Amino acid sequence: MHLDHSPHGPSAVSADARRADGARRALRVGLGGPVGSGKTATVAALCRALRDEFSLAVVTNDIYTREDAEFLLREAVLPPERITAVETGACPHTAIRDDISANLEAVEDLEDEVGPLDLVLVESGGDNLTATFSKGLVDAQIFVIDVAGGDDIPRKGGPGVTTADLLVVNKTDLAPYVGSDLARMAADAKAQRAELPVVFQSLRSEDGVREVAVWVREQLAAWTA
Amino acid sequence: MSGAALLVLADGRFPAGGHAHSGGAEEAVKAGRITDAASLEAFCRGRLHTAGLVAAALAAAAAAAPTPSNSDAAADAPDALPRRCGWPPRRLGRQLMRAARATWPDAELDSLAREFPKGAHQPVVLGLTARAAGLGAADAAYCAAYESVSGSASAVVRLLSLDPFEATAVLARVAPEVDRVVDRAVVAGLRVPGEGAGVLPSASAPLLEIGAEAHAGWGVRLFAS
Ligand SMILES: Nc1nc2c(ncn2[C@@H]2O[C@H](COP(=O)(O)OP(=O)(O)OP(=O)(O)O)[C@@H](O)[C@H]2O)c(=O)[nH]1
Ligand SMILES: [Mg+2]
Repeated sequence: MHLDHSPHGPSAVSADARRADGARRALRVGLGGPVGSGKTATVAALCRALRDEFSLAVVTNDIYTREDAEFLLREAVLPPERITAVETGACPHTAIRDDISANLEAVEDLEDEVGPLDLVLVESGGDNLTATFSKGLVDAQIFVIDVAGGDDIPRKGGPGVTTADLLVVNKTDLAPYVGSDLARMAADAKAQRAELPVVFQSLRSEDGVREVAVWVREQLAAWTA
Repeated sequence: MSGAALLVLADGRFPAGGHAHSGGAEEAVKAGRITDAASLEAFCRGRLHTAGLVAAALAAAAAAAPTPSNSDAAADAPDALPRRCGWPPRRLGRQLMRAARATWPDAELDSLAREFPKGAHQPVVLGLTARAAGLGAADAAYCAAYESVSGSASAVVRLLSLDPFEATAVLARVAPEVDRVVDRAVVAGLRVPGEGAGVLPSASAPLLEIGAEAHAGWGVRLFAS
């Protein structure tokens, strides 16, 4: 555990950048957003894009099943020992924000058991627009919405849309079918987020996750700098 | 009794992982044993006088005189503690340990964490946490006894959409019994230093234990226990 080697007591039990052996811990990136927006699909695509360059692991937070973990296992995006599911007691935002203990434990167990890791992706259970990750759990967070949930979501804002380090607007391939106005979504997102980045993507297209993967690489470069 | 520190530790929002657990209530709801406020009350009463009493006595013993390895071993002895009264005690012990060390930094907690890196029994950690917070054996017993019913009551609000006022009224009706359980637990806990862990109560709840085993095998569930 981190504390035993900390000269100043346990001020940073969860957010300590170093592990007990002095090594830098993995960067932790959270993915949140409404149900079905494409969080698991983005995690899977990121794993495929980054797994040859970095040592990766994933923590999923399903609401009442193990579907996300099982999807990732079935798709074989990572070896099974690198994927852990956390149970959230019907309250996914509590497990990523108000009481992060089970998620921290999952992250640390992964680092102990398959480490050293460069990056841990933590997927939240699908939730509402106010669900954000605690800074005690993740170093950066991605909020994933989709064009099919209504093109007024960026305008509605809320902590996820407004403050996430990266906003992903997913399923742009569906925009013509659901009548979503991408230009309007982009303008509303800009108004809510000022300089914070926004990526529009379709995971149905070749290398659809490329821009998000570039962003994650930048985070990793900054983390290890 | 030490006022506000007790409120901090007993607060349902204390971030020690409890929110994801129903203490056997999810299984009892599915089996039709909890259907309304009256059956929730009966369930809580059963938990309080079995799992609650044992946990409260262990917590009181650990708070009174920390011989953590002894009391942890006592908690594991099959005749002393029904090991699975609906909570997974070591996992929750590890989560409480993290929260406790961040909240009340303390050398005794550090050494227990070193001795049990994957978690000591939750009531034992709770007792040491109470010490670290400047609280006494009765305070620790109160936290354990109350939490043995409050977690299930709030889980049932989510599981059955039970009226939250009714669920809270159940806790109020059980409260005088919590007081009596705490009295018994403290008497037993204070005898441990002189007479050994054999004086701890060993009330067991076979149906809760069987239910916990069954619940652990469910493919789809809202709560981790
Ligand atoms: N057309 C289209 N479908 C997508 C895209 N990305 C994901 N999907 C599909 O959308 C559905 C939901 O995707 P998931 O990745 O499971 O969504 P999620 O956000 O993880 O969902 P929860 O975890 O249940 O909240 C799946 O059927 C995906 O195949 C996309 O870019 N375009
Ligand atoms: Mg998902």
